[in-house]
Amino acid sequence: MRTEYQTVSDISGPLLFVEGVSGIKYGELCSVILPDKEKRFGKVLEVHKDKAMVQVFEGTRGIDIPESTVIFEGKMMEMPLSPDILGRVFDGMGKAIDEKPPILPEKRADINGSPINPYARAYPNEFIQTGISSIDGLNPLVRGQKLPFFSGSGLPHNKLAAQVARQAKVLASKEKFAVVFAAMGITFEEANFFQTDFEETGALERVVMFLNLADDPAIERLSTPKVALTAAEYLAFDREMHVLVIVTDMTNYCEALREVSAARKEVPGRRGYPGYLYTDLASLYERAGRIRGKKGSITLMPVLSMPEDDKTHPIPDLTGYITEGQIIFSRSLERKGVSPPIDVLPSLSRLKDKGIGKNKTREDHADLYNQLYAAYSRGKEAAELSVILGEAALSDMDKLYLEFSDRFESEYISQGEYENRTVEQTLDLGWNLLSLLPKRELKRMRDEFIDKYYLKGEEEKE
Amino acid sequence: MKKGRIIRVSGPLVVAEEMKGSRMYDVVKVSDERLMGEIIGLDGDKASIQVYEETEGIGVGEPVYITGEPLSVSLGPGLIESIYDGVQRPLDYIQKKVGDFISRGISVPPIDPDKKWKFTPTKKKGDQVQEGDIIGTVQETVLVEHRIMVPPGMKGVIEDIKEGEFTVNDQIAVIERENGEKIELQMQQRWGVRIPRPVNKRLPPIKPLFTGQRVIDTFFPIGRGGTACIPGPFGSGKTVMQHQLAKWAEAEIVVYVGCGERGNEMTDVLNEFPKLEDPTSGEPLMKRTILIANTSNMPVAAREASIYTGITLAEYFRDMGYSVALMADSTSRWAEALREISGRLEEMPGEEGYPAYLGSRVAQFYERAGRVKCLGSPEREGAVSVVGAVSPPGGDLSDPVVQNTLRVVKVFWSLKAELAYARHFPAIDWLTSYSLYHDSMLEYMKKEVAGDFLSLEREAMRILEEEDELQEMVRLVGIDALSFSERLILLAARMLREDFLHQNSFHEVDTYTSIKKQYCMLKNIMLFYRKAREIDIDIERLEELDILEDIARMKFIEEKKLQYIEDLGNRIIKTIKEAGGKGESPERDRKEKEEVTDAN
Ligand SMILES: Nc1ncnc2c1ncn2[C@@H]1O[C@H](COP(=O)(O)OP(=O)(O)O)[C@@H](O)[C@H]1O
Ligand SMILES: [Mg+2]
Repeated sequence: MRTEYQTVSDISGPLLFVEGVSGIKYGELCSVILPDKEKRFGKVLEVHKDKAMVQVFEGTRGIDIPESTVIFEGKMMEMPLSPDILGRVFDGMGKAIDEKPPILPEKRADINGSPINPYARAYPNEFIQTGISSIDGLNPLVRGQKLPFFSGSGLPHNKLAAQVARQAKVLASKEKFAVVFAAMGITFEEANFFQTDFEETGALERVVMFLNLADDPAIERLSTPKVALTAAEYLAFDREMHVLVIVTDMTNYCEALREVSAARKEVPGRRGYPGYLYTDLASLYERAGRIRGKKGSITLMPVLSMPEDDKTHPIPDLTGYITEGQIIFSRSLERKGVSPPIDVLPSLSRLKDKGIGKNKTREDHADLYNQLYAAYSRGKEAAELSVILGEAALSDMDKLYLEFSDRFESEYISQGEYENRTVEQTLDLGWNLLSLLPKRELKRMRDEFIDKYYLKGEEEKE
Repeated sequence: MKKGRIIRVSGPLVVAEEMKGSRMYDVVKVSDERLMGEIIGLDGDKASIQVYEETEGIGVGEPVYITGEPLSVSLGPGLIESIYDGVQRPLDYIQKKVGDFISRGISVPPIDPDKKWKFTPTKKKGDQVQEGDIIGTVQETVLVEHRIMVPPGMKGVIEDIKEGEFTVNDQIAVIERENGEKIELQMQQRWGVRIPRPVNKRLPPIKPLFTGQRVIDTFFPIGRGGTACIPGPFGSGKTVMQHQLAKWAEAEIVVYVGCGERGNEMTDVLNEFPKLEDPTSGEPLMKRTILIANTSNMPVAAREASIYTGITLAEYFRDMGYSVALMADSTSRWAEALREISGRLEEMPGEEGYPAYLGSRVAQFYERAGRVKCLGSPEREGAVSVVGAVSPPGGDLSDPVVQNTLRVVKVFWSLKAELAYARHFPAIDWLTSYSLYHDSMLEYMKKEVAGDFLSLEREAMRILEEEDELQEMVRLVGIDALSFSERLILLAARMLREDFLHQNSFHEVDTYTSIKKQYCMLKNIMLFYRKAREIDIDIERLEELDILEDIARMKFIEEKKLQYIEDLGNRIIKTIKEAGGKGESPERDRKEKEEVTDAN
């Protein structure tokens, strides 16, 4: 039921309090009409007796206490959906902002979604080839996975995200795919970079964009990923498409959440973020996945910048606790000229094991990444040692490992922005480098694979 | 039904007035959608209610119905192989009823009311019975005989007992109490989740709960009926370890609680467990498993309840005389749910915003673990072992949930990010982890495994500790400054780390190692070390011996070829002897002469 009040009693940050209300529901959508007829949207955060607390997405600036009207819409915030959303651009609340005709909705969906029943999930196990060795070889991505980029300001996470969007494909498959792109608080230039990239590769008509840029209202960032994921769910589970969702930058989302929490005077958790940040993020990230008996899938790639490059900051920390791995960018690798500067040791793909191997990528894939990790990690230790004591203090074996890790960074991790390696190329490259080490050192590798692939590496070297 | 009226809605917290007559921890139904909730605070006629379902769309003035029953679980045949949410709603049934996404206000019986079970009585008419007595059995799965017990607090004479096929709600027996009151018994009983089920006597753990995980069984064992925690940052291997325990722990019943974690991890269990074989019985592991899945995106209050639901189910099977293992992943999410509700109640926050009662809640939970003498006859022992994962922010162990947990649990498996980065799994840090069960398991290990098990373990641990100090030296002065015996320690430590402690959960053989095989493996590594210490040889040559490869591959040898590992011992002795024979040092010459003399 729609009800109208002119009883705003108080404004605090992005919050607005309305008195003397009745029949208001928790979570309800409302519109705030300013004296100059400007309309803003809000959501009920709490109802207590005859008071409602409303969060205003476009901010409360200019709202006049006696003169503003609040209309409670009697429903939740919804996103209109139809196949025509493909190729379109929306704002952070799901309103079309391109100059194209309005969407004629086939259905409307509550932007909060509902949790997928864990019993209904299908385990993600289809390998996606991104053409990027440090992902495909070491941190393989599978359909339905949520794999974030942990980056830092100034690092090339957007370039890599665009490269993934450009190159990602499932081996031996020609199914329908789409990209949902959600921008939260990034600059026009960054958003434009993606738009141009999608245009150039002819992908634009398969892309749905949700843009909340740096100069757009901050609180609107709280709805941006929700509308984007609602669109993705529709495309994946109603329209049977494989959807790649890129959301950037989650840090801006979390900051908006913190702002609202502070205005509510809640007991702050770590670094001022609310105690429910984990639950809130989970309600977004867990919308990715696959469902048994349904063709489509949602693969989620959130990008976030780690404040002060600190991985233990609550935003990356809680994200890592929910997502199925993380790709970590490193400033020191960037300085060293490694590009993309992916720090593979702390990076991880938790779903790799069921997505790779015989009939998927290659039988030796699992042993190979284990071995590469072990060898690289030992090489890094040797490198540290040689910084302190000089290379002369290293044992012969350590020297070999050192050489291995240097070449691993420059040949395996490094690759061009438009270089699209097949997974075989990536695997062979791994063997090529491992063959620098004596067979005996390959403790993580099954004999049969050593017999089969180790020599191959050596021959290629010759 | 009596009802009150909502005056406040704030996320999972609802406050209602006109709630006179309701009690703490009673279940209520919120609004005409009948969302399930529980009273967690009373103030005059006002009740604070945590709601186990999404509260969106609920408003002031809507009714709250008082049920008068505390939050309870249903107990009876049909629990095994189930997957429940945090308040025991069967997720498979919900999916059938409402589809792939969980909607709310669904009320479904936890145990299939239509399924018939074959009940075989073990008592007869006229028998005197009391609480805990087993009156009959149902073969619930190939692995589990479900024992129907007289509910706690009941005593009398069996007036009637049936045999045949019954549903859980059919009457199977009638008991006449001393006062003449007749009580009908069904196979299904109810029990409030927040109250521990009674036992005859609590006993200390004396037997290890073998898990097939080498670092655990050999170095940091957990006792049957014991408690352990696994804290660690994300990606360090908590969940994989919990899955490993659920798969391979020598328990008769496994209750796995996915508390506020990933949906796909539960799917993983659901897919894998029906396919994996229990190493002792050869039957699918699912046949002994109950899953509770309240994932991170499911309502936060039900997450708080999930831990209690899980432990109550575990206690129920313990009371039948089983050894039950409960895994909770992750207890931090449970604590966070407590914190969130406490925050909405505007309680005084303690450390990191957690309520002041966090410590006592954690302790109460782990106190429900234990080895016990069960109530009733026949006389039997049961155990609940509890392993909780803890997810501290940034992996920082000063976190209040970690600290409160360490205060009560007896085993600490400390996961270290650096080990995980180097893909050394399980990433359990051998230098900081501990088990307080070593001493109480001593007798058992000596008798059932091997007399020298403990001395081997101690020696191995000493080598690992010395490695740590030696590595510090290497960092300062370089490897060349070390003596032969020091370098041998480094070599032995590396063998222990790479060939014993490292265990790949995803390798078909390596994933599980029997205690017997663990013993043989450890023995061979230590044998190599001891023998190598006696000869005189360049460390580089020692490192190149082919026998090292054989030692490294022991973990991949199947259980049924254990003999091969046992025989490897002789080859180690022989190889080292030969290797020692080709050097040129006078010391070695002298030794060799002695050996020749010995042989003569
Ligand atoms: N014992 C193990 N053997 C092999 N890989 C492991 C093992 N433990 C953890 N891993 C790897 O580490 C990843 C993260 O482990 P997980 O248990 O999910 O971490 P956490 O629950 O601590 O976040 C897994 O996806 C897997 O790749
Ligand atoms: Mg985990």
